[in-house]
Amino acid sequence: MKFLAAIGAATLGLLAAVGRVTLYAAQTLGHLVRPPFYFRELAIALLHIGWLSLPVVGLTAVFTGGALALQIYAGGARFNAEAVVPQIVAIGMVRELGPVLVGLMIAARVTSSIAAEIATMKVTEQIDALVTLSTHPMKYLTVPRVLAATLVVPLLVAVGDVIGIAGGWAVATGTLGFNPAAYLKNTMNFLEVRDVVSSLAKGGVFGFIAALMGCYFGMNSGRGAQGVGRATKGSVEAAAILILAANFVLTGVFFSL
Amino acid sequence: MITLEDVHKSFGSNHVLRGVDLHVPKGTSMVIIGGSGTGKSITIKAVLGLVTPDRGKITVDGTDITRADRDAFLARFGMLFQGGALFDSLPVWQNVAFRLLRGSLKRPREEARAIAVEKLRRVGLTEDVADRLPAELSGGMQKRVGLARAIAADPEIIFFDEPTTGLDPIMAGVINDLIREIVTEMGATAVTITHDMSSVRAIADNVAMLHEGVIKWTGPVADMDAAGDPYVDQFIHGRATGPIAAVR
Ligand SMILES: Nc1ncnc2c1ncn2[C@@H]1O[C@H](COP(=O)(O)OP(=O)(O)O)[C@@H](O)[C@H]1O
Ligand SMILES: [Mg+2]
Repeated sequence: MKFLAAIGAATLGLLAAVGRVTLYAAQTLGHLVRPPFYFRELAIALLHIGWLSLPVVGLTAVFTGGALALQIYAGGARFNAEAVVPQIVAIGMVRELGPVLVGLMIAARVTSSIAAEIATMKVTEQIDALVTLSTHPMKYLTVPRVLAATLVVPLLVAVGDVIGIAGGWAVATGTLGFNPAAYLKNTMNFLEVRDVVSSLAKGGVFGFIAALMGCYFGMNSGRGAQGVGRATKGSVEAAAILILAANFVLTGVFFSL
Repeated sequence: MITLEDVHKSFGSNHVLRGVDLHVPKGTSMVIIGGSGTGKSITIKAVLGLVTPDRGKITVDGTDITRADRDAFLARFGMLFQGGALFDSLPVWQNVAFRLLRGSLKRPREEARAIAVEKLRRVGLTEDVADRLPAELSGGMQKRVGLARAIAADPEIIFFDEPTTGLDPIMAGVINDLIREIVTEMGATAVTITHDMSSVRAIADNVAMLHEGVIKWTGPVADMDAAGDPYVDQFIHGRATGPIAAVR
């Protein structure tokens, strides 16, 4: 009985949390379309989330693309299919690894920093101060960050896709003996519009999730340094899990319907 | 004017406010005294709607604060937070001029900056702090920047949460004079929380003492010494023994 009660309580708790996050997302979208708009905050968020994430995205993608080429070559060799390296690297990067890795790097880099920043603002009464200065915290803090991430993460994913393919190309032509021009031609011919669209759409959804989780956990932070720590940890966990779950759903939507 | 009637607030099992009744007439200066942790900050946050009371009624000029138009309501207030609560991503002058740079009170940047510098001067800070970040200032300086921000838009009603804590005696005197001046010259209504008895005497028209979640005594500052109230007596003389337990 105790066991069942514990499962019941956990389920209810989870449902309540899902409800709160959904409500928060709906409120964010509601504020997104109603003035006032804080363009300066948006510009700063675009800079921090987009431009300053480029190095980490590029490095992640180039190593992953390179490793992918090596593995596909080794695996393909077992049934004389080494030649598919360009095609499989392209599909693997664009459909899955590009968006997922960029999403997870954004969760690590951006979600955590948003959560820690907003949670610190909360525990030092800066959020209360915003309210008394007639500024809605959701409009001033949440909307610019969520909007910026939703707009800019698809671009980061596009960059990651290209750099990942380039990493695969470099390894394949440098050490595996592929012809550089033929490799690129094979890549281009193989990729479909649907692959690219799904990649960018995933980027948008992951960016939304990453920034929303940072803001949600920051705004609901407990008191003191411990509260900030918990909020940061919780935000990254939630963002990573939601990104992976959303990836699964979106892959289903794009490729099995 | 501000009126609180039977305001209650608990955090879990911690019953902080247990029926606060308080009346602050327009254009007067009320000082709230009381031990630390008795709920003074919570009381003024309740008036601003930052904390929702569990029970009771709060009105400003006769209007229930829960019914008032939020933006118009908040535009009348200025608030100095106990910890300063400066925005650490913005330079000092943009903190002070926050209200003047956006929203309904928005004005040109140069003008907003000039007002910010003028308000900083009034709290005893020179123009060279204007472009620094809050983290580069000492605690007492941050407090004064918070004070400058609270008065930047010339609000009708101003709350000061421990304005002189952490300041040297001379600066405390400057701030006391400033608060008094804002009330007498600009006709603002002020509510100040303080532990500093010289501040109380310099700032207050009326004094209210909060203890155990209720207002134990309230009256004109001139009556405070002769009130004969054991709680007030113990507090203003800083005695370790008396009805207020030293361990709380
Ligand atoms: N957000 C909060 N959550 C839980 N307890 C709180 C919160 N804010 C204040 N308290 C508690 O309420 C009491 C009164 O706090 P406060 O009004 O800040 O006291 P003070 O009179 O020193 O200003 C304290 O015991 C404090 O721990
Ligand atoms: Mg306090």
